[in-house]
Amino acid sequence: MAKTFELKDDSVVVVIGSGAGGGTLSNELAQRGVNVVCLEAGPRLTLADIVNDNATMFSRLSWLDKRIGSGDLNPTLPLWVCKTVGGTTVHWAGASLRFQEHEFRVRTTYGGIAGANLLDWPITLQELEPFYTRAEDKMGVTGTHDIPRLPGNNNFKVMAAGAKRVGYTHVHTGNMAINSEPRDNRPACHQIGFCMSGCAIGAKWSTLYTEIPKAESTGRFEIRPNSMVVKINHDDTGKVTGVIYADQTGALHEQKARVVCIAGNSVETPRLLLNSESSKFPNGLANSSGQVGRNYLRHMTGTVYAIMPGRVNFDRGTQMAGIVKDESRHDPSRGFAGGYEMETLPGFGLAGVATNTIPGAWGVDYAKIIEMYDHFAGMWLVGEDLPQADNRVTLHPTEKDQHGMPVPIVHFKDHANDVAMRNHAYKAGTAIYQSLGAQQVFELPPFPNTHNMGSCRQSEKPQDGVCNKYGQTHDIANLFISDGSQFTSGGAENPTLTIVALAIRQAEYVAGQLTKKEI
Amino acid sequence: MKAGTPSRRGFLRGTGFVAVGLATGGTIIFAPDYAWALSTTAIDAHTAQTLLVVARQLFPHERLGDQYYAAVVDAVDKQAAGDPGVRKVVTEGVARLDGARGIPWIQLSNGARIAVLKSMEGSEFFSTLRTATINNLYTNPLVYRYFGFEGSSVEYGGYINRGFDDIGWLPSS
Repeated sequence: MAKTFELKDDSVVVVIGSGAGGGTLSNELAQRGVNVVCLEAGPRLTLADIVNDNATMFSRLSWLDKRIGSGDLNPTLPLWVCKTVGGTTVHWAGASLRFQEHEFRVRTTYGGIAGANLLDWPITLQELEPFYTRAEDKMGVTGTHDIPRLPGNNNFKVMAAGAKRVGYTHVHTGNMAINSEPRDNRPACHQIGFCMSGCAIGAKWSTLYTEIPKAESTGRFEIRPNSMVVKINHDDTGKVTGVIYADQTGALHEQKARVVCIAGNSVETPRLLLNSESSKFPNGLANSSGQVGRNYLRHMTGTVYAIMPGRVNFDRGTQMAGIVKDESRHDPSRGFAGGYEMETLPGFGLAGVATNTIPGAWGVDYAKIIEMYDHFAGMWLVGEDLPQADNRVTLHPTEKDQHGMPVPIVHFKDHANDVAMRNHAYKAGTAIYQSLGAQQVFELPPFPNTHNMGSCRQSEKPQDGVCNKYGQTHDIANLFISDGSQFTSGGAENPTLTIVALAIRQAEYVAGQLTKKEI
Repeated sequence: MKAGTPSRRGFLRGTGFVAVGLATGGTIIFAPDYAWALSTTAIDAHTAQTLLVVARQLFPHERLGDQYYAAVVDAVDKQAAGDPGVRKVVTEGVARLDGARGIPWIQLSNGARIAVLKSMEGSEFFSTLRTATINNLYTNPLVYRYFGFEGSSVEYGGYINRGFDDIGWLPSS
């Protein structure tokens, strides 16, 4: 079963992070006979640790080490991601959508847009399709592989009825990595709700209880929880040789490695590269392009809540319970490039609705709004945001975290295209609810970022990005980017399926390169 | 409740609560009908009393009894006991409320209380109290039921057989 490797064992592949990218990559490599050590900054929980309480699970799962948000971001919590074995796949809602063909060719399709640093991916949809298929099978995505879609809950039924009234036709309960029937030794969804506090029965795919234990069962995999990597080491030839990490007590260790794959999510991944500067690489590892940390993406997002004429109980059942896809196309006649999805989203309990419905509001009128809680319907708007060179992750010049590592600064400002898309999406969401006689509609600004992408992007040419179409860094052959950081652009779709597909593809490539002794 | 010797006892004007100041600096507040009591350690009777009214003023629900708002004061008191910074913010905030119109804020008319609170919207005191009220009023399972939020469902088998799709009012077209 679970194996342990020695710190000085320099034959292993070290994977940093155990979420959608790192957890999947680890298992795929181990299944191919490769020895893997996965270093995860957070603790290892079990299903018994998952309770139906938003506040408890927020503090139990979230990455709460200091980050500084600037621009349009929440200054103290710019991101809402996880620090735990399984990473953000413990928290994610489960939406598993493929990118569209044109979304891999945004520079070609959208043309030059002022202020945007658009680039085509070095990979096409056609190349990625077989890996999407394998990812969907692995994750048990509804609506694929003859897996039935989930039944729709009340919140979905409201959205679907309104969508039909305003003329939308591509409406269904989504492609969800949530079991609609027992599969892969996991049960079918019980419509519990609280998906984003972790699925207490494991019906939702998470690497915590799929990829990680499967990797362990190969006897070629070790996961080390509470292990925060602070630096990547390299030799005189520029190859990486190992990583320095802090254990639970703060003590530092070096794990040697033949290959290092970084999947720390799109802030920690560039942060680690930047913090691994040396005399040979004064701007950080894999950063000869100067693109490490740049082009950070978080999706155009927004939320629409409505007080409906009747009871909805929108927190009953699957949180992301369905989708309207009609606006996800690229149609510049709407006044912006790219498209967006409309996906149901309830309110994170009474406290969530009170906090978010009208930020900062109070008093008798607002209390009356909260009193309509069981009449609320809600949807999330998620669309493509455009890469901008100055939306970026940098290191704070003086402030350090508990391990002595510089605190990351995450800067993001909407592009005019993002704003135009959000305004269009607010109107579209509002129209859906108003078509059913909504008494009041609320347009909520973006929450802390959950979809983080682009900060170490793939590019055909080394000067345009950080890694190639396998996530292999242009500068260092045995160093890989293995999470959403490698996205060249964000697409309209929730990113996890694409992260998993890329990880499967990367595992095949890395295993092949190891066999051929290319790395 | 043997935290100290009562040094003052009397009906607080305007609200009917009974406050017992303790020599330790804390206080015990009783509901007018003695149905519930709140004891504090870091904040005095007047401050506790004022915060209770602030919490209700921020999110006034006629359906909720004062004991639920008292739980907010209890939480703020615990915060203040562990963090002198919070204690200072709270104490100074109440002093500002009281100083705004020359008489204690809780003795003002409803409209005047709102106006004074409004004038403090940008303050740390205001955001501390607003956040504390949301996080301690609306996270109370006893409060959920008044709003139709049903809380934890996993122990009941979720909603798969309990109405996840029971909506009845939607039009058929």
